[in-house]
Amino acid sequence: MSYNQPINDHSLLACQHCDLLQRIPELEPGASARCPRCNKELWRRRVDSLNRTFALTVAAVVLYIIANSVPMLGLTIVGRDAQTTVIGGALHLWNNDQKVVGVLVLFTAVIAPALQIGLMLAILLGAMRPRPPQWVATLLRYHPTTKIWSMIEVMMVGVLVALVKIADYATVVPGLALFVLWVLVFILAGMSSSFDSRDVWDRIQWADEAHRDGAGEALVEGTS
Amino acid sequence: MSAPAMTAMQAGLQSCEGCGLLSRPAPGEEEGQCPRCDEELSFRKHGSFQRTWAYLLAAAICYIPANVLPVLTTTTAAGADSDTILQGVVLLWSPTGWPLSIIVLVASIMIPSAKILALGYLLITTQRGSVANNEQRIRMYRMVEFIGRWSMVDVFVDTFTAALIQLQPLMSVEPGPGLIFFAAVVVFTMLAVESFDPRLIWDSASMQAAESKEVTYA
Repeated sequence: MSYNQPINDHSLLACQHCDLLQRIPELEPGASARCPRCNKELWRRRVDSLNRTFALTVAAVVLYIIANSVPMLGLTIVGRDAQTTVIGGALHLWNNDQKVVGVLVLFTAVIAPALQIGLMLAILLGAMRPRPPQWVATLLRYHPTTKIWSMIEVMMVGVLVALVKIADYATVVPGLALFVLWVLVFILAGMSSSFDSRDVWDRIQWADEAHRDGAGEALVEGTS
Repeated sequence: MSAPAMTAMQAGLQSCEGCGLLSRPAPGEEEGQCPRCDEELSFRKHGSFQRTWAYLLAAAICYIPANVLPVLTTTTAAGADSDTILQGVVLLWSPTGWPLSIIVLVASIMIPSAKILALGYLLITTQRGSVANNEQRIRMYRMVEFIGRWSMVDVFVDTFTAALIQLQPLMSVEPGPGLIFFAAVVVFTMLAVESFDPRLIWDSASMQAAESKEVTYA
């Protein structure tokens, strides 16, 4: 397969939900543009995107590590107690003939969030260079998929329901990870909404660098 | 907006699903790679209808055992007791616990069935080339895309209930055989949403617009 030829018009784009060709206006920071036909948000220009997202991502790394190394839930009943971590929940399924569901829980609650945070950190570090290298493009391309499968907020609602169920039989002891995870839910939401991918895509090194912006030969000589 | 009402496909352009760049296939080629992010490009997702139908049927089949088989088995000194998802909703219902009961009812029973019906409706109307209710249909697609993940709530409830209540010989809770089918419904419907190309909803309308109006191609 060969590379497609880019069009020489930066403001022209097609809506990802209805394919309507349109010109995207230059936006004020904080403003957004929507598709006139299907109302899909085409672009929202973020304020100070890289710095804010970086701060939130670093916070997410710290919270993620704490959340997965201390107990999340415990209970005491007639002098006995039990506790579990997030990974412990998945492990219990694995050990009780529910391997597939165990892997799914591990993936959606532990692995996908780690990828979501880790890829974002790498993307930001790369994007802070004056000319983000090609590997940033590869990571940026797969980042939305990690977001789809990262389900910490769903898990937290599930934990809440489990808590109420268990409270019928035993005294529930909330662990540190429970509080840390709730904070992480909001940090992750902030991380997604402060990041401006269009801004990074605009500066990134192209896979087919020779044809960037149709600049052709001049650019090849300049970079090689 | 004064842009001509034309789609990228009608203009012979491919829009990258990875990075949004518009590009034109090289002369003589049908499709190529995105020059910016290297993604493989096409006008529409390949085999979108077939793949979405396949995932949707798989989800619909798993939906039955997911609701009939127990998802949790509670063992006490008095004996073992198995609950399906619906029984779990009923058990949660109490003067204080009813809001959570409703959360589980909506997330585990209403969302999965609504998702299967909505995707079926989108597939059938789009394949028949419907041009009606495009705005409602795209809104429905976005809703299905947005709420799909919330069906996982019950999987997490059962996971952590089972992981914690291990107080042998007093009482223990184990996941039941229905859980894997329930998780499969969630995963298959999410994959169905991912393989559906929402741009197909608009293609019939775009074609009609191009025929009725004199569109000048650039």
